[in-house]
Amino acid sequence: MARAVTPQRKALNTAIAALIGALIFFPIFWTVLTSFKTETQAIADPPVWFAFDWTLENYTAVNQRSDYLLHFWNSVVISVGSTLLGLMIAVPAAWAMAFVPGRRTKDILMWMLSTKMLPSVGVLVPIYLLFRQLGLLDTRMGLVIVLTLINLPIIIWMLYTYFREIPGEILEAARMDGASLREEVTHVLLPMAVPGMASTVLLNIILAWNEAFWTLNLTAAKAAPLTAFIASYSSPEGLFYAKLSAASTMAIAPILIMGWFSQKQLVRGLTFGAVK
Amino acid sequence: MLNTRFMMGTVAGLALLSGLTSAQAEEITIATVNNGDMIIMQELSSIWEKETGNTINWVVLEENVLRQRVTTDIATGGGQYDVMTIGSYEAPIWGRQDWLSPLNDLPGFDYDDLIPTVAANLSAEDTLYAVPFYAESSFTLYRKDLFKQAGLTMPDQPTWDQIRDFAAKLTDKPNEVYGLCLRGKPGWGENLFVFGTMVNTFGGRWFDENWNTTIDTPEWKAALDYYLDVMTKYGPPGATSNGFNENQTLFQTGKCAMWIDATSAAGRVFDPAQSDVADKVAFTASPVAEVPKGNSAFWAWALAVPASSHKQDVAKEFISWATSADYVALVGKEKGWVAVPPGTRLSTYENPDYIAAAPFAATTLDAIESADPNDATAQPVPYSGIQYVSIPEFQGIGTTVGQNISAALSGSMSAEQALQSSQRSAEREIRRAGYGN
Repeated sequence: MARAVTPQRKALNTAIAALIGALIFFPIFWTVLTSFKTETQAIADPPVWFAFDWTLENYTAVNQRSDYLLHFWNSVVISVGSTLLGLMIAVPAAWAMAFVPGRRTKDILMWMLSTKMLPSVGVLVPIYLLFRQLGLLDTRMGLVIVLTLINLPIIIWMLYTYFREIPGEILEAARMDGASLREEVTHVLLPMAVPGMASTVLLNIILAWNEAFWTLNLTAAKAAPLTAFIASYSSPEGLFYAKLSAASTMAIAPILIMGWFSQKQLVRGLTFGAVK
Repeated sequence: MLNTRFMMGTVAGLALLSGLTSAQAEEITIATVNNGDMIIMQELSSIWEKETGNTINWVVLEENVLRQRVTTDIATGGGQYDVMTIGSYEAPIWGRQDWLSPLNDLPGFDYDDLIPTVAANLSAEDTLYAVPFYAESSFTLYRKDLFKQAGLTMPDQPTWDQIRDFAAKLTDKPNEVYGLCLRGKPGWGENLFVFGTMVNTFGGRWFDENWNTTIDTPEWKAALDYYLDVMTKYGPPGATSNGFNENQTLFQTGKCAMWIDATSAAGRVFDPAQSDVADKVAFTASPVAEVPKGNSAFWAWALAVPASSHKQDVAKEFISWATSADYVALVGKEKGWVAVPPGTRLSTYENPDYIAAAPFAATTLDAIESADPNDATAQPVPYSGIQYVSIPEFQGIGTTVGQNISAALSGSMSAEQALQSSQRSAEREIRRAGYGN
């Protein structure tokens, strides 16, 4: 029997949740606030909250020094491109594992996940040499390939979990009605898996957008995404906090806005299948 | 039909034309760090682009990210960069590996004007592998107002014992004024930047002539005991997270009476727009202990051409321009003389405009000229370098030692443990690398 929730308890839970939310959001809030300060105000001790001369000079400086649009476009191409390429490989793979599992399917799934346990820097030199040979250094195509490979285990795992929730009998019925394999996947399976697909896509775009090892190490000037844009404003010598905050705000704003708009999808997708 | 042919003709013509122009003008990629002097170079380089018709792609990265990035590229011959900003630690090591093109033959370049110790720090076997863009040493910054109030006088060449006495008298913890600020953040370019010079002047060395590790020795112990003592008693709280920036903030906001750090701090603490204490700052040499050498650190950011670059000539042309006396004059004219890249050219220090704008000029030059990487220790050593050892393995060794020193400062390790642990890990690294065999 479910326990009755008293109004006090509900209020307490809400307060705790709000507090945790505020704690998590605080660094982002502080970054945005700092981006409107001067460099001296940014390091002031005690810190200034709102009573400072709000300025846009950091944004002007950042825009003068860097080509924001180029980095932004690179981020879009790389994150969306790697997600789409990943889906093209992951949908058939997850279908096979969910609906026609073999003896070793579980092992394969675990093995795929184990590739995530290898520290990236361990394979930096081989990948760099391969990229040099293939002419993929500092190209968006190169990053799309690498990020696809990195995120593929996650995409396959997520899709596999969602597909497993779909009764195999429905697909069987489609087959009985004469649907080909392609029709079965595109007309029956995918429409039913839309929430799951949507959250997979969103999560992968976010992961690819934030990826800061390969995107920094395999690019130079032409294919560098927003992670490289942020890294160019950090320095162990000299005052840079306000400009770094402005650059960070500009880099996270698009993905943050996207996250807000798709919050419902994201949460629904992530909790899908959590309660059985 | 005619139309198509005409179109094809035009396209072919345009392609030919663009081919011709690109044969003359080149596009080069420059990797650099996000420091004030480099940002000015980036801004002013549009003048070079206009003069020569060449174009530059800039890759600006944080120091450690840049180091990792260019090391990967240069070690694998990736050829992503035509000019890279590297430090005085990398230049001789990479030069010996044939990763960098020698820069002894830049056309029309005034080599005699370079400060000799700076050129020596960037050379290996008399070959210059990187041209200095700006150089820095370490010195003592102090608050002349606080010294006057306390009736103290800072000598031209203070000793570490005097610094301790001053720190004791100037520390006023209730008012958040700390006698001495030193770096505590772990890292070979962080706490070891200053602590490395303390080891030299307390009589220590990293290795003996046969590459035996000499960290767990009385000299190191004396330096570390001193450091822990002054930092615990007179340093700011939480010093283990203080690097250059954090100490600069503390000093600029009036919380440090003395700060021993890089000479490049001078321009900033002296700037009233950035610093609350701009009119209260004075400078003097870096302190000494028993041994009157190796007490000033040395670091230079320099421009180098990787051997893998396909555009060597244009890259060298750019370096000649960006490190010339004319460039120094250009910065003076456009950005003010105080913003001129310091520590590279003797002519900068003979320029009356610069001396008038930068009262710290003479102290900086003295510190840099005395920074001899080949004579920094009391006892003989098989390596060169002042606060670092110019071997590839030092990055790893220095990082570990820096962490141990920081752990001793935070109290999670005793001084003895820190030295023993550092000794063991350095011995292991050196043996593995095959030195002294």
